[in-house]
Amino acid sequence: MAKRMQGIMESIQTLCSGDHGNEGFMQDDEDEEEENGVGRLTSWAELLGFGLAVFSEAIAPQLQCFCDRTLGFAVGQGGSREAWIKAVAMAMSLVRKAVKKGWVGALAPAARVMSQALSTASEPITLDIPVPFKAHKVETPSVTVETSAQELTNFFKTMFIMRRMEIAADSLYKSKFIRGFCHLYDGQEAVCVGMEAALNDKDCIITAYRDHCTHLGRGGSVLEVFAELMGRKDGCSLGKGGSMHMYNKKGGFYGGNGIVGAQTPLGAGLAFAQKYLKVEGVTLAMYGDGAANQGQLFEAMNISALWNLPVIYVCENNHYGMGTAEWRSAKSPEYYKRGDYIPGLKVDGMDCLAVKQAVKYAKEYALQNGPMVLEMDTYRYHGHSMSDPGSTYRTRDEISGVRQERDPIERIRKLLLSNNIATVAELKTMEKEAKKEVEDALSKAKESPSPDSDELFTHVYRKGYGAKAYGADRKEVVVKLP
Amino acid sequence: MAMAAAAPTVPICHGRRASPCSSKQVSVSVSVAMRAWASKSSSLSSSSSKSPRLVAAHATAVATKEAASTTSSSQGGHELLMFEALREGLSEEMERDPKVCVIGEDVGDYGGSYKVTKGFSEKFGSWRVLDTPIAENSFTGMAIGSAMTGLRPVVEGMNMGFLLLAYNQIANNCGMLHYTSGGQFTIPIVIRGPGGVGRQLGAEHSQRLESYFQSVPGLQMVACSTPYNAKGLMKAAIRCENPVILYEHVLLYNLKEKIPDEEYVCCLEEAEMVRPGTEITILTYSRMRYHVTQAAKTLVDRGYDPEIIDIRSLKPFDMYTIGESVRKTHRVLIVEECMRTGGIGASLRSAIMESFWDELDGPIGCLSSQDVPTPYSGPLEELTVVQPHQIVTAVENLCGKK
Repeated sequence: MAKRMQGIMESIQTLCSGDHGNEGFMQDDEDEEEENGVGRLTSWAELLGFGLAVFSEAIAPQLQCFCDRTLGFAVGQGGSREAWIKAVAMAMSLVRKAVKKGWVGALAPAARVMSQALSTASEPITLDIPVPFKAHKVETPSVTVETSAQELTNFFKTMFIMRRMEIAADSLYKSKFIRGFCHLYDGQEAVCVGMEAALNDKDCIITAYRDHCTHLGRGGSVLEVFAELMGRKDGCSLGKGGSMHMYNKKGGFYGGNGIVGAQTPLGAGLAFAQKYLKVEGVTLAMYGDGAANQGQLFEAMNISALWNLPVIYVCENNHYGMGTAEWRSAKSPEYYKRGDYIPGLKVDGMDCLAVKQAVKYAKEYALQNGPMVLEMDTYRYHGHSMSDPGSTYRTRDEISGVRQERDPIERIRKLLLSNNIATVAELKTMEKEAKKEVEDALSKAKESPSPDSDELFTHVYRKGYGAKAYGADRKEVVVKLP
Repeated sequence: MAMAAAAPTVPICHGRRASPCSSKQVSVSVSVAMRAWASKSSSLSSSSSKSPRLVAAHATAVATKEAASTTSSSQGGHELLMFEALREGLSEEMERDPKVCVIGEDVGDYGGSYKVTKGFSEKFGSWRVLDTPIAENSFTGMAIGSAMTGLRPVVEGMNMGFLLLAYNQIANNCGMLHYTSGGQFTIPIVIRGPGGVGRQLGAEHSQRLESYFQSVPGLQMVACSTPYNAKGLMKAAIRCENPVILYEHVLLYNLKEKIPDEEYVCCLEEAEMVRPGTEITILTYSRMRYHVTQAAKTLVDRGYDPEIIDIRSLKPFDMYTIGESVRKTHRVLIVEECMRTGGIGASLRSAIMESFWDELDGPIGCLSSQDVPTPYSGPLEELTVVQPHQIVTAVENLCGKK
């Protein structure tokens, strides 16, 4: 039996490590993997399946379910590369241990570890949202939300990356790598992360100038964000947009807008196009409590309600419009009610799961019935922008109070720990990895060059316009606009 | 240079008639004097015209260390930054006339995003220093409505670009109501705020609204460039019965200059002589004034004698001062921050050509910003805006190499 096991193990090892050197499962040649991706996975799957089947058959019935789950996990995840790598890695260590130490002794803890790591990743966990929703002209969604270990882990990782990114941006601004205006999102991460959990690639998001993390959520990379903030070539807008003008067409992210409130009619337009083109998606038009007093928002709301456009107006209420508190600028700071005839929900914006639930609910509603308003009760730790200390109109106690009691990342951390999804050590590892990812992106972004001079004239018009642009004195530089 | 003794009444400089101002400030008296000299077509190549003290006023504004004659403003004077000068002017006018009020975002408790209205809320109360919600179209309209019935509001756009949201109100109601009502209503409103290309603020926050509003009939537009003229123009704008747009510049708020202690008001329609010269007239305003004066140092070294005029009044143009200068030098270069298409330079060029064609020895040069949205990247942004070396090259091309 042992010999047979060893044989299986060796075959697996050869397959995985032989072709590609010592990296084992890590493919160097991405293209090849892409091409043969399906084929290779199938053969790994087959081998793994065979190996595990023999294994379970040979050893112990109590491992049957664990092996099934392993297979089920990897396949159930859609055969993603990460899933398979994990599955095979775990299987390998398990098999090795079993062969080395004797099966039964090592198998049980190994099985437990693997089981824990792989098993309930996709199994549903139900949790209750602590802060109830408030509704206006609509039923509240259920406070019981279904999530999974993997989803919660992803929430944690993503929000942590976003937090590190914003803090890095803070120090970049102070060391003058970033100039102009820089509006940071730390404290509000739960809103964009929770939203993404309920959306797909058919949905569109448009927001205002506090857009670094929203860009990330829609599929942008930290490198793109940093490079754009520093005005380099590798930025998402080629360095020409800056902090307030980040876009991602592929990811369905429409900016990144400098003028307060101007994005709301644009959002209604995106929803109009979705309905016109019969795309089964919604648009989330995000704005702040300051922008909630813009006339164009009400115009957009009226039109979208009139024509039943699938738009969800998401008000990120961080309670301060730059230096003006909400009670000083709005007669009715109940922003979820200000749609009047448009139904609204007030959501605890520091709770990812609440945001996810609300957006899921709103999406179903919007696809059927037209617009809805979601007010996310959230908070920003930094000032309005890096030029604003953020403490002249609010107390430091208030800021630290919110940080202690409502911080979104801490909330998920507690959930992960209390539901035994991760240990303190594992969370620390995740944090370390996130920090490293952000630091790597930062150093790469710093190496990125500034855009070339002729980029000044590109993208004013689409190609083919053929106009000439002269230098300031009409003689020096002649550039044909592309 | 006839200078009347400090009169009990507020001195107002009516430049056109070359009547003397009683201000002891050198730059104003110089500008008056220059105009007087210009009208007599006297030679200005005497050394006195090039003496350091004539450029001293603006020199202190850029904190250079030229031989200062600000001691000639021997009444004392006090030094302050541009935003403090604006604050002083606004405060004095609010004390003088209880109908003057300030409307804008974060002007009250926050003190203004560029600190122009710091302390006003405590001093004048929240009914005279109104913190508005973010609703530019509406509060500008409100200000215009209140002006129709006798108040004298000062509207602050946190950045001029935001006032694009109020374009309709400014164009249709503010500019045209006096006309369309047959003279019944006057709109003594002041709309002010920082605009222009800053330091990497992005496309939407680097607008030059003077080019968009210059077409609106009924509006007066002025651009301040030094703490002295900032205070003077602020006061004049508030006292003016017409709607005035006062263009400040984001990058000029920290300019330091010594201004007189006594009260003074600048003339809204008057241009300012920065440096008299004989060879070429360089017309500029706002931030570009400093690029021009920086280029002028190089030009003077190379033997040129440029006459630099800060046009200040963007609508209407001070064609008198400009014309006198053109008659003297016969060459014109306009240096502006607006874009090439449809900017102040474009209109000014056309106006000069129309009125002074016979005086010109050659085409009017115009250096403007590129016709592109202002990019965020630092090097690209620098390429967008006119730089001093380009001004030097342009002058050399127009005047011939020396």
